[in-house]
Amino acid sequence: MTVETTQAPQIVSRPLSHRRREFRRAVRSMVQAKWPLLAALILFCVALAALFGPWISPLDPNRQDIMVRLADPLSEGRRNAFFLLGTDGLGRDVFSRLLYGARISLTVGICAIMVGGTIGVIAGLLAGYFGGWIDDIIMRLGDIQLAFPFILLAIMFLVILGPGVVNIIIVLGVGQWVTYARIVRAQTLSLREKEYVEAARALGDPTPLIIFRTILPNIIAPLTVIASFNVASVILSEASLSFLGLGVPPDVPTWGAMLADSRDQLMANKWWLAFFPGMAIVLTVLSFNILGDWLRDFLDPRLKTMG
Amino acid sequence: MFSRIGQPRMWTFIIRRLIQSVIVIIGVTLITFTALQMSGDPTYLYVSERATEAEIQRTREALGFDKPLPEQYLNFLGNLVQGDFGNSLSYKRPAIESVMEALPATLELTLFAMFLAIVVAIPLGVVASLNRGSAVDGSIMTMGMLGQSIPSFWLGIMMIMFFGLQLRILPISGHVPFIMPLIQGDFLRAFTNLPQTLYYLIMPGFAVAFYSISRNARLVRSSMLEVLGQDFVRTARSKGISERAVVIRHALRNAWLPVVTMIGLEFGFLIGGVVVVEMVFSWPGIGRLVFNAINQRDIPVVQAAVVTLALVFIALNLIVDLVYAKIDPRVKL
Repeated sequence: MTVETTQAPQIVSRPLSHRRREFRRAVRSMVQAKWPLLAALILFCVALAALFGPWISPLDPNRQDIMVRLADPLSEGRRNAFFLLGTDGLGRDVFSRLLYGARISLTVGICAIMVGGTIGVIAGLLAGYFGGWIDDIIMRLGDIQLAFPFILLAIMFLVILGPGVVNIIIVLGVGQWVTYARIVRAQTLSLREKEYVEAARALGDPTPLIIFRTILPNIIAPLTVIASFNVASVILSEASLSFLGLGVPPDVPTWGAMLADSRDQLMANKWWLAFFPGMAIVLTVLSFNILGDWLRDFLDPRLKTMG
Repeated sequence: MFSRIGQPRMWTFIIRRLIQSVIVIIGVTLITFTALQMSGDPTYLYVSERATEAEIQRTREALGFDKPLPEQYLNFLGNLVQGDFGNSLSYKRPAIESVMEALPATLELTLFAMFLAIVVAIPLGVVASLNRGSAVDGSIMTMGMLGQSIPSFWLGIMMIMFFGLQLRILPISGHVPFIMPLIQGDFLRAFTNLPQTLYYLIMPGFAVAFYSISRNARLVRSSMLEVLGQDFVRTARSKGISERAVVIRHALRNAWLPVVTMIGLEFGFLIGGVVVVEMVFSWPGIGRLVFNAINQRDIPVVQAAVVTLALVFIALNLIVDLVYAKIDPRVKL
């Protein structure tokens, strides 16, 4: 899934054979570096869990069973129920809840960067292409937002608007736009003066066409790198907000909410309640970060020397 | 070239930054205000679910929600300047009082975490850059990558389980005040408390700071690598100056300028971490207050807490900028 994104830097009109060669180069580089391959594999598994959670999860994630409260990992319950990762304080199966949690984390992560990316790309294109007061207003707005710890605003919005997947996606998405706007603006500024853009202008192409068909395809490459890091940080933020009880409604299992629940059993030393959801977050976020790192090096080998 | 506090150019810089801060604060209030309006009728956020229609109407008039929007906003601003966020719905006293009581504990945790984020990260980054490509470099970078992927609150929980419950060497909760007695003028108590304060700060401090330590270490490393390859470092080496002096006096001095700017932005993440980690360690600060307020939908307390933390963040950032201007003579004032 991540491999495909490397095709993005191509200019639309390049022949297919070139794309295929580029794709092979990406796969080779990934295999060579080993860690990105492992990261992609982990993310593939997380995506499977997110897509097919209801079919592969052994038990209903919300089914409470007071007879098997706090069962150890690898223990058996009644009616052949097998608790791979144990059960929580209400007797719910931790493994099933983990699988369902993947769905929320990935959905929020990916949708939030689509929201933030769309706003940011459009803002950046406008600022970079038109300059002047449009540029000033957009970039000063961005400065103001960056001068403020965004998680605080997210907390306030969610307290007032109430929890919910859509609310959290919008709030976290809006939190990300500035990064995209800044990169896109810088790229647009330099592309605006390129010959092929000038050619399009001379041919009388309408401005929206120039911005979206001539300039945009050429600045997608660096965006994939930021998007990868951004998914990671959005997933972390979502976990924090869920931990605070601000995420999705309580009947939807999320990794952050599982960690919040685990606090009740902290003193009882039921380690699996906190360990597994935390590891799920760490592995997912780490994989996105590793892929982002690799993608950056792959797209711009000069940066590699700087580490 | 070199401007110091007291010289006119430094003052214009400070004033410009202050004006910028005011704009940010106005932006924050506007967003806070908009958020309230977006909920539909904000009156319902201030009354209990069983309130009668008459009660709701009374609250609406008392809070001025029946006035036109611009007037509401001006009232809101006016109250805010006086620190008046209204009464806490659950404690029945001014929300700002609860926040001010919790602020010293949050400041202790924030400042300690910032201290760690700088003091631990710089040596790690320098050592990694000097041993580039070695196993030491590799493990520091791996740790850096990992540190950016671990949720601070989970790290806190894991530390409690390992150091607190298994090894029993660190306290899993508790807080000994340092700033509070300092404000009250009881210096003796403040400084006799200090060792205990730090002891209780170790775990929450590291939980909050680990993310920033990782980022800063990576940043210092890449910044050092850039500087180490430059001519003036080679010249310094060729003059026969000891390697230690080359690294510290020549390379590091130039390498930490970009780091200082980044560290200012890092504080934003750090404050976000503080809010969540306080929950884990039952730290009696603003984060815990916010959490309880969230559960009780105590809007005045949440607002007062968010705006106060924003002010703390802006003030800290301003200080970082001033330090930056002071250590880098090239900075445009």
